[in-house]
Amino acid sequence: MSTQSDNQTVSSVKRSSGWVIFVFFLIGLIASLISGWIAFPKLLYSTRQQPIDFSHKVHMGVVSNGCQSCHYFRDDGSFAGTPTNAECESCHMYPMTSDPDENKLVEEYISENKEVPWLSYAEQPPCVFFSHAAHVKGSDMECATCHGDIGHSDSLREYQENRLTGYSRDIWGYNMLRMGEAKHGQRHKMNDCAACHLEETGSKGDCFQCHK
Amino acid sequence: MTKQEQHTRTKRYGMVIDLDRCTGCGACMVACYAENNVPFKKNESDKMLSLNWIRVFKVDNGKPFPDTEICYIPKPCMQCDGRHMEGHSPCVSVCPAVATDYDYPTGIVSQIYTRCFGCRYCMAACPYHARKFNWWDPSWPAEMEKYLNPDVSVRMRGVVEKCSFCYHRYQKARDKAYLEGRDEIYEHEYQPACVEACPTGAMTFGDLLNPEHEVYKLSRSKKAFRLLEKLHTNPKVYYLSSKSWVRRKADNYLEGQSPGQQNNARKTETASH
Repeated sequence: MSTQSDNQTVSSVKRSSGWVIFVFFLIGLIASLISGWIAFPKLLYSTRQQPIDFSHKVHMGVVSNGCQSCHYFRDDGSFAGTPTNAECESCHMYPMTSDPDENKLVEEYISENKEVPWLSYAEQPPCVFFSHAAHVKGSDMECATCHGDIGHSDSLREYQENRLTGYSRDIWGYNMLRMGEAKHGQRHKMNDCAACHLEETGSKGDCFQCHK
Repeated sequence: MTKQEQHTRTKRYGMVIDLDRCTGCGACMVACYAENNVPFKKNESDKMLSLNWIRVFKVDNGKPFPDTEICYIPKPCMQCDGRHMEGHSPCVSVCPAVATDYDYPTGIVSQIYTRCFGCRYCMAACPYHARKFNWWDPSWPAEMEKYLNPDVSVRMRGVVEKCSFCYHRYQKARDKAYLEGRDEIYEHEYQPACVEACPTGAMTFGDLLNPEHEVYKLSRSKKAFRLLEKLHTNPKVYYLSSKSWVRRKADNYLEGQSPGQQNNARKTETASH
């Protein structure tokens, strides 16, 4: 008799301990997901604002040659990238409006002869070679295909920097799970380049094409 | 299909070095150090530990004084095509990390430093000692860091590096061609730093498959030979020399193996190329 009742207690303990383990597992799982998906990225990336809030929308309405009016190619085929004071100066030697950001540009940078420390969202690590000429001139790609529709934005979004590597979050940090299609403007990782090359050219390309 | 179209697809960039013209000045080595951010140490007296992508070797004919002759052989990476000309070069075939690869559009053997983990199989496989290992992190005097070439990444400790035929210059030339709407780059647009620096014009560079390039003609000259041709690595660096002892030495024969002793065997072998 006594052995039978002992067995019953043991099995009831077993059943209840199973629930306890499951509940603890759930708590642990949720805690890990929160820390991995929410807390860790917050911790990993520092957020900074651009020195001047620039409106692409306003400028696109004024310039004649679209993006390439300011982000142009030099005669040797290299891409000038972010404009320097030399380009801004041609219009903004003196303030044209009463906009506080424009005044900041003129007073703090142009009249001081100091370059604006723009933060580059898409800057690649130093081992990467990227040719704007090959993509924009050679294959007639739109800027927005890689950079997103930044040309019609009214203000610059915040810049997120990986605290460990120092690279922009646009290079890799968004959509770490790689579920679904990554947004344009957030696809600057090697796999993203390779995926597009495979689709368009039939090959991921040779190593030397993009690495230096 | 026109000839021009064929060249757009595949190229075989190569170099021809006229040893009769080389004075051994070392300008090619200096230019290479500056162009490719090759680090140097405070004490460079131990040449076994030196990093250099191109190195000038000195050979002599081994005869005593009145008959002594000397020849300088500048030796970059040979950019081997492999036995059947399909990119199976000695280093590429042994790399377990795919850090070194054969670039089919240009025929240049690439080395990706961020991919290399420093096992040095490629160095053991390379019969030309063209590859160098970074035993230390590179360092330059503080002022010199401003002069580093931004088109070439600096290498870290623990990886292998080698001559790339200044591939970044090819990419720059391509960029210019894209901007001007050309498919082809001109011969003069892509020249490695060593070739440009050579004061005697001993080095010539271009596409070995393009009859309009100078190397096409020179590499087919009677004076032309390659190093260790008997290994069938098919290097893309050709040498010219009017001296037969230099040509014999380039194949690095052991005692009793010299071409004179196995003349007939060698003739049939070279005829098959």
